[in-house]
Amino acid sequence: MELGKLPGFLARRLVKAVLVVLAIVVCNFFLVHAAPGDPASVMAGQAGAADPLFLEQLRRQFGLDQPMHVQLWIYVRSVLSLDLGFSHRQQMGVAALIAERLPATLLLTGAAFAFAVVGGVTLGALAAQRVGRWADSLITVLALTFYATPLFWVGLMLVLVFSVWLEWLPSFGMNSVGLGLTGLAHVLDVAKHLLLPALTLGLFYLAVYARLTRATMLEVQDQDFVRTARAKGVPEGRITRAHVLRNALLPVITFAGIQAGQLVGGSILVETVFAWPGIGRLAFEALLARDYPVLLGVFFCTSVIVVLFNLATDLLYALVDPRVEVA
Amino acid sequence: MTIRRRTMLAAAPALTTLAEARAQGVAPRRGGTLITMLTPEPPVLQIGVNNQGPTLVIATKMFQGLLSFSPTLEPLPVLAKSWTISPDGRVYTFRLQENVKFHDGRPMTADDVIFSITKFHPEVAPRARAIFALIDNAAAPDAHTVVFTLKQAFEPFLLMFDGSAAAIVPKHLFDGLDYRTAPAVQRPVGTGPFRFAEWQRGNFVKLDRFEDYWKPGQPYLDSIIYRVVPDSQSRRLALETGQAQLSQANDIEPFDVPALRSRPNLEVALNGWEYFSPLAWIELNHRVAPLGDPRVRQALSMAVDRNFIVQRLWFGIGRPATGPIASSSRFHDRNQRLPGFDARAANALLDAAGLRPNAQGVRFTIKHLVLPYSEIWSRLGEYLRQAFRQVGVTLELESTDAGSWARRVGNWEYDTTINFLYQFGDPTLGVERSYVTSNIQRVTFTNTGGYSNPRVDALFAAARSASVAAERQAAFSDVTKLLIDDMAQIWLMEMSFPTIHDRRLRNVVTTGLGVHSSFDDVFLTS
Repeated sequence: MELGKLPGFLARRLVKAVLVVLAIVVCNFFLVHAAPGDPASVMAGQAGAADPLFLEQLRRQFGLDQPMHVQLWIYVRSVLSLDLGFSHRQQMGVAALIAERLPATLLLTGAAFAFAVVGGVTLGALAAQRVGRWADSLITVLALTFYATPLFWVGLMLVLVFSVWLEWLPSFGMNSVGLGLTGLAHVLDVAKHLLLPALTLGLFYLAVYARLTRATMLEVQDQDFVRTARAKGVPEGRITRAHVLRNALLPVITFAGIQAGQLVGGSILVETVFAWPGIGRLAFEALLARDYPVLLGVFFCTSVIVVLFNLATDLLYALVDPRVEVA
Repeated sequence: MTIRRRTMLAAAPALTTLAEARAQGVAPRRGGTLITMLTPEPPVLQIGVNNQGPTLVIATKMFQGLLSFSPTLEPLPVLAKSWTISPDGRVYTFRLQENVKFHDGRPMTADDVIFSITKFHPEVAPRARAIFALIDNAAAPDAHTVVFTLKQAFEPFLLMFDGSAAAIVPKHLFDGLDYRTAPAVQRPVGTGPFRFAEWQRGNFVKLDRFEDYWKPGQPYLDSIIYRVVPDSQSRRLALETGQAQLSQANDIEPFDVPALRSRPNLEVALNGWEYFSPLAWIELNHRVAPLGDPRVRQALSMAVDRNFIVQRLWFGIGRPATGPIASSSRFHDRNQRLPGFDARAANALLDAAGLRPNAQGVRFTIKHLVLPYSEIWSRLGEYLRQAFRQVGVTLELESTDAGSWARRVGNWEYDTTINFLYQFGDPTLGVERSYVTSNIQRVTFTNTGGYSNPRVDALFAAARSASVAAERQAAFSDVTKLLIDDMAQIWLMEMSFPTIHDRRLRNVVTTGLGVHSSFDDVFLTS
């Protein structure tokens, strides 16, 4: 990579990114308002009693009595000043609501991501090295199984085995509430709660990475430069690591970039089944309640992260493969 | 032992439940944390500002009203230790408990009661607004007496003083502020046995024992933790594995109840909803042809087997409806019943209405907006589709989410849907709103169906203003007959919700409020 080109590249990409995010904000705004119903009618529905004054008060409080273009302008203006707005429904700032959920989400998605990448690449490399033998068959069959199994089913089965039958792990939540655990005990407690949801979320990607790594490694293994290295007498381990795996990693990085973009979005399904207090559920519940500011705030954060990770992936290509240039 | 005896002597209002506990041979034990569930997670916990089901469950531990109600809807003392009603039914005098403190240490006085009843609730809660508008004058002759003088006699007035309808809130934390955005909304302060401790959104709400609670020695529990568990199967599992000791309301789907009933460590109670008496019905939009024809509505009613719904879909949780007024409500008339399940008579009625079946055997097609609150309502929709097919009516199911449902029903943009409403113990409070012409409004939970009958309007008005219970009974019996003859809506079932709890948890359901009582007498045996 020529470092001299980097600042210009970054500047151009960042300008594009800002425009893309702004376009997303406007699209999202119209999208969420296109859903029938509004927060006031939802709250009236939930309260089991309502009168016209109640709806009018709420709509005024929520700013929904303003014309749509005024609401859009107010929202874009506040986003531009990095203010994500206020959830009148929950009586809290959107940034605070998201920040409250973000650690839980990052912990879950981060753990699943690390598990998937490390496990997947290792298994894929192992399978490629032992291609055609029983270890390869075992890994391939397992990967195919996880790849094809629906997420919620994996979750349910894990709960059935580890929570109901073996009683080793808790079936829901992020921590044991009310025990007042601190320090190491608290960390272990969270880890116990994290295991099942992270496995559930990670297994699919683990399978994807394993299959990708195996396939590309097999492809690279027969290329001339590998044969040359072997002829030079380079040890087999070093050939795998430095020559085969490094060249096989590009598709894996592409895919990891996509998965990393979803880190902040969380997973509605896994968070719901395991009662994990993450962003995915926040967004889903905001959608059901028509809590527009929260929904838009989550969309905004995820779009920013996706754009940033795309950029990071591009940079990483150049780092892993010197033939790729930033331009 | 001495502590226990003192508790018994001092806590007079809790005597009945203590006596019950004694009768079972279990003395209340102090200590322990109750872990239960909260579904769905409410946006704020300040009662009044938010009145959805889960808020009422949790807020009634932190807030109390002047009264509570027995399973037969007799008033019980809570923050009011006694009360009198003038012979003309216009003057209500409440004597308040002394030594009641808010969680911030300030004493609760008549001022707080008057503020809550005449300012706070009428401003934020539609139901309170309609009823408390009848108060002509509120006075506090001394710090522990409140006198409400009504513009006219209103016999069901006392029913509005339960903690779920009119909790007493601290005047000093709300007066002069916007009640919806006051800081206290985020950190609720009430007089209840448990005070707000912590809320990790999406995870749990923790309430701790309020040490200065006005009943000495109570509450027994150290803490109550409400865990947010969004998936119904996870909630079921939490009960089965002992990760939670109590479920309420919609936490457990009816079809999971039989399995839980057979677990030796769990107990299932179906009572404790008498005050609310929720009644479910097929809500027909009378503006959509041919649903405006009473013969058609009667035929559809006869096409439905209510016993099947209660026994096969709800597994016996609930009772078939007998009319517009639930049987656990005051002024239910047990002599009046809906015509029974009879598909042949239904077909004859539809023929008489001129709705002949076409070549495919279809008389007409209507849509059904499935209630989006839980899985069970889709199953009901599927049953209704089958049942109506028997009489040549095609029902097309439309699925939706809560926001769209509320909007579409509020805007009258539906053919049929399911609705269920709390009746609050008295038809004037909970039934009238769904049938009177003056309440036909573009708002959910008004008379959205558009039924209108001047005689029904007149009878509801008479029952509202009559000060003598017997007069009201006569009006409600007549109105029941008229509504059944017109089949204003197709009442399906008197709903009940299972309260499922660990056997070691005692005194869970003792009043007509069930899990909405303060839990100051709930305890865990070791």
